[in-house]
Amino acid sequence: MAALVLAEHDNLRLKGATLNAIAAAGRMAGEVHVLVAGHQCAEVARQAALAGGVAKVLVADAPHLGDELAEAVSEQLIAMAAGYSHVVAAATSFGKNVLPRAAARHDCAMVSDIISVVSEDTFARPIYAGNAIATVQSPERIKFVTARPTGFDAPPAASSAAPIEAVAVVPDPGLSSFVSREVAKLDRPELQGARIVVSGGRGLGSAENFKLLEKVADRLNAALGASRAAVDAGYAPNDWQVGQTGKIVAPDLYLAVGISGAIQHLAGMKDSKVIVAINKDADAPIFQIADYGLVADLFEALPQLLEQLG
Amino acid sequence: MKILVGVKRVVDYNVKVRAKSDGSGVDIANVKMSMNPFDEIAVEEAVRLREAGIATEVIAVSCGVSQCQETLRTALAIGADRAVLVQTDQELQPLAVAKLLKAVVDREKPQLMILGKQAIDDDASQTGQMLAALCGFGQASFASKVAIADGKATVTREVDGGLETIAVKLPAVVTTDLRLNEPRYVTLPNIMKAKKKPLETLTPADLGVDAAPRLKTLRTVEPAQRKAGIRVPDVATLVQKLRNEAKVIS
Repeated sequence: MAALVLAEHDNLRLKGATLNAIAAAGRMAGEVHVLVAGHQCAEVARQAALAGGVAKVLVADAPHLGDELAEAVSEQLIAMAAGYSHVVAAATSFGKNVLPRAAARHDCAMVSDIISVVSEDTFARPIYAGNAIATVQSPERIKFVTARPTGFDAPPAASSAAPIEAVAVVPDPGLSSFVSREVAKLDRPELQGARIVVSGGRGLGSAENFKLLEKVADRLNAALGASRAAVDAGYAPNDWQVGQTGKIVAPDLYLAVGISGAIQHLAGMKDSKVIVAINKDADAPIFQIADYGLVADLFEALPQLLEQLG
Repeated sequence: MKILVGVKRVVDYNVKVRAKSDGSGVDIANVKMSMNPFDEIAVEEAVRLREAGIATEVIAVSCGVSQCQETLRTALAIGADRAVLVQTDQELQPLAVAKLLKAVVDREKPQLMILGKQAIDDDASQTGQMLAALCGFGQASFASKVAIADGKATVTREVDGGLETIAVKLPAVVTTDLRLNEPRYVTLPNIMKAKKKPLETLTPADLGVDAAPRLKTLRTVEPAQRKAGIRVPDVATLVQKLRNEAKVIS
């Protein structure tokens, strides 16, 4: 049996997290198909066809699928899921929004946010903010699964493109409509998928001081992150939040500045390859998981860091 | 307009949960239990809509053991008008909870259902979306702003990379994100008042729902522990280590 991966995109670009989901699906089933539901999204289909391990790309192209609305996309997915052993999406705000609808309509329990595939019906997933890892077996006839992008390396590009087929479009259920979008301008890498993340906490003290971090991030070509405390205090925008209920990241380097290290924050970054903590409190919990810890006043350390980085 | 709010009893936010050494589950004997923080935000939002004259009644619903009554009393103290407990000792998974809530929705006919975006115990983030699908309703998950007018909810959602605003026809399901509102402190007079508010108890059988768990947890273990590394004396040493030892910067 084959697995169907729901692609995430903006009608122009396939989101990187979809590649991680394709990798996860490849460990569940012998064949992986990708569904691109969108509007004027041929370029996305071409990109998906070039991902390693993809046997076929199915395209549903219609105006009502153009805004990635959960109701419209899930109807399309529901109609197509029946022939598959697994339906997989990345555990992003899009995947989390759409997949439970499709699972419920097929009367199938769903497994969220897996970090590894044990066998075709058994998956490991973090629970309680990552304080425990549960191994879960699904008896369902279709296994609906979201995969945490950081748990699966993107597959290498394929040497030849997989075939692309148009599929019949399911009509708009007419329950919702798109109004507007405020996408943060991306002059930096996206938080999820960035090789380096520079993250600030309440220790920064103000939104103004976050600019110090921006300079470091620019120098390192890094994404910016923040702790919940910093976001709650209004120092950083909501979509920068790293943690249990924010974004889960696992970059090569995570630089935590003025972050004490609440368990909910650690849940979002502790799988990073190298963790650096700069904090003036020598007893801050973040030091217990940091590879390199520097006890220092960040207002002295950050300018020095910029100077040293050159 | 009636609003139905889902509330879950979970291990308190501040408790650090550990897996049992035999792999059979997590050790939550005698730990503090509280309302799921996202559900508190859901109750607050519903109560604010009633206070603004948009809603007429707020019904809090919980599914689970008899102690969920305490969680429902908290919802009533925040300002919900009445409560329904679907009582069972069975392990409840999101699909089962969505079915139980749908059965309550069929009885109560609310125009708006507000749930937390995820519970902080299983971190599944499924129930609201499943409830919407089973009812055939639209959904606005991860909401940071909700406006109700002209038979629809206009909701700003927190999505990866920014914010998105959508309009959903009522009845609809909204799931709350952290910054939708700041729940009020519950005062003693309101706790006393909450004790007198109606709380109805049903069972899954009363609602005709099979709530048996589908997924089987084979084992639960501690995550791989990260060891603390080293302390560096100054920024120069840090940068040198990152360049030459960890090789993560150039």
